[in-house]
Amino acid sequence: MAELTPKERMAISRQEMPVQDPKVRIGNFSEVALGYAMETAVNEANRCLQCKKPQCVEGCPVGVKIPQFIKALREGDMALAVKEMKEKNNLPAICGRVCPQETQCEGKCILGKKSQPVAIGRLERFVGDFELSNRTCPLVKASPSGKKVAVVGSGPAGLTCAVDLGREGHDVTIFESLHVAGGVLVYGIPEFRLPKSVVHAEIDYAMECLGIKIKTDYVIGRTLTVRDLLDEFDAIFIGSGAGLPTFLKVPGINLNGVMSANEFLTRVNLMMGYLFPEYDTPVKIGKRVAVIGAGNVAMDAARCSLRLQRILSGGSDPGEVHIVYRRSRQEVPARDEEVHHAEEEGIIFDFLTNPVEILGDERGAVRGMRCVRMQLGEPDASGRRRPVPIEGSEFDMELDTVIVALGTSPNPLVFVDAEDLQRSKHGTVIADQTTGKTTVEKVWAGGDVVTGAATVISAMGAGKRAAADMHRYLSA
Amino acid sequence: MEDRPKGYKILKKQVLSDVTKLMVIEAPQVAKKAQAGQFIIIKIDAKGERIPLTIADFDREAGTITIIFQEVGKSTMHLGTLNEGDSVETFVGPLGHPTEIKNYGTVICVGGGVGIAPIYPIARALKEAGNEVISIIGARNKSLLFWEDKMRAVSDELIVCTDDGSYGRKCLVTEPLKEIVTGGKKVAKVWAIGPAIMMKFVALATEPLRVPTIVSLNTIMIDGTGMCGGCRVPLKEGAQFVCVDGPEFDGHAVDWDGMLGRLQFYRDEEKIALERFKHECNLDKAIGRQ
Repeated sequence: MAELTPKERMAISRQEMPVQDPKVRIGNFSEVALGYAMETAVNEANRCLQCKKPQCVEGCPVGVKIPQFIKALREGDMALAVKEMKEKNNLPAICGRVCPQETQCEGKCILGKKSQPVAIGRLERFVGDFELSNRTCPLVKASPSGKKVAVVGSGPAGLTCAVDLGREGHDVTIFESLHVAGGVLVYGIPEFRLPKSVVHAEIDYAMECLGIKIKTDYVIGRTLTVRDLLDEFDAIFIGSGAGLPTFLKVPGINLNGVMSANEFLTRVNLMMGYLFPEYDTPVKIGKRVAVIGAGNVAMDAARCSLRLQRILSGGSDPGEVHIVYRRSRQEVPARDEEVHHAEEEGIIFDFLTNPVEILGDERGAVRGMRCVRMQLGEPDASGRRRPVPIEGSEFDMELDTVIVALGTSPNPLVFVDAEDLQRSKHGTVIADQTTGKTTVEKVWAGGDVVTGAATVISAMGAGKRAAADMHRYLSA
Repeated sequence: MEDRPKGYKILKKQVLSDVTKLMVIEAPQVAKKAQAGQFIIIKIDAKGERIPLTIADFDREAGTITIIFQEVGKSTMHLGTLNEGDSVETFVGPLGHPTEIKNYGTVICVGGGVGIAPIYPIARALKEAGNEVISIIGARNKSLLFWEDKMRAVSDELIVCTDDGSYGRKCLVTEPLKEIVTGGKKVAKVWAIGPAIMMKFVALATEPLRVPTIVSLNTIMIDGTGMCGGCRVPLKEGAQFVCVDGPEFDGHAVDWDGMLGRLQFYRDEEKIALERFKHECNLDKAIGRQ
């Protein structure tokens, strides 16, 4: 086949990703986006102009060799595509699904200026999924360095750091407090966005290749402390995330039926509550649900609620799910794609609405929520227009479930007996932005525990930068 | 930090009553750090739920933790069917803050029902710290009582009572408690562990007398590390997490009605799970008979 001209490449339209029909998918927890077939992947890859100075790579927090992997893919050399990908990204099947590509690689793609950017995320997922089923390019471990590294937390930051250090030949042990590895990838992100089988397969593959040990059921701060780890390991990376839920400070917050998004998602995802009673952990959902907040976690909670309502009601009069957000649509922090999917599925968005009290019945259960209408005033410290209540606009919503998705902060448990580890007033670890080095010798940190709740890929980037610095330190 | 296959072995099982069982579980990393007052989270198998159980005893050298549980729901009933040599999938801890042990003077340790188990290591530690320990243990009836001998061995005085009078004094644990604290003896502190309703009445009994009273709460929990907030307990001012702020709380600060209400939230589901489990057990038995 003759090489396509740039004009011909630009004439190809962005390949759609097949998705489950919204009417069908709201009754199941199966993956929404179904992935490219080989032919569509090649068509999409053919759109890439192979820029001399690729902007996409600059937009990627881990610097994936995007033009190279796309070129290999379209030339049919999948093994090479995988190899190029894995040079920078060890977990492509995960990143391809959950990265906010529209603000990163795809946001920088030159094609996006005139039409639509290359669907880099979808191609990344395609390459990642291909490798999970074909295993063409196992990660290779360098000869043993004789150095021992402890990684606290098996979420995106910890996993990435562990894999990079494992590749350099270090003896890596990951400590995970829950009973399975993956952190937020398994307890937070729902099955329909990121199937657990993909997470487990990606982790198992990398761990097998590199001989990395994962110790589940180890709560650092309780089972062992950072100080204990310092006695036994040459270096430590803390990637324990931001696991502590923020509760709204309004009356009624402890009523039955009010829960954190963390609790709700953990019941649904980690504990497989949507399969109760086959699985033992129950999850309760009312007919009228409000999710407070409008980030990605809020979208996940709302969409899980909707599915649970359908499953539990058997389809008849399942109820409704609201997103209650005090700012307007323009300020919504969730990804466009998530908002779009939520709307498609029938989530009701109540913008410029702020809860002031959760109302209970005589049995201590939620019966509603008193809200006030808001309007946007002057910009606040975040640069967004500050929402201010409209006097006399209070109204009551009738509800039986309230899910609070107002962000999370680092869990202080990990810092027990580690007083020297300096933290900000927000509870985040103070670490060097480029190296991840903390105020304690031999200890690095990265991901949400340093930045506060952010994205999977930024945590991976932090894990990667820390691994590079730790390797320098361990090799010195 | 030796490598071990996933799973924690049940080294010993003892039937304390029809519905109360003791298990000694091999978990060296938990035993190494365990202290009186702390708890563990156990998950039986891949489909199991994570449930908190207070540590009844620990042996650092043997690397074991003793748990005692009453079969009240699906998970505890399932656990009760396991035998020595079987393993559970997850056993994590020690979680929560340990009891603050020091020489207070005269203290009272109240254990109700299965709460006798976690009060034991606390009474023992308080005794070792030089306190005069008066213990009160009680249960609905004689068959639900256990560890009388062990409690006696760590107490200066032990009072045993049952609701129905089938053993010891016929009364609730609050009765002897009130007698002691109003009887002129200077009691520095009371610990009470048992059913939530018992702890509520202990706290109500000591509050007007201003005797500091510590209760150990066992709420609905998932991770046990502060992540979900499902275990939050309403206090008279604000709320706290049982898993990381507790499990011990000032009994006089707890909003007991709020706390009791939260315990009921999953009652329907608990019933469904239990019925389903019993049904499966009956099926197994029926198949076994064939």
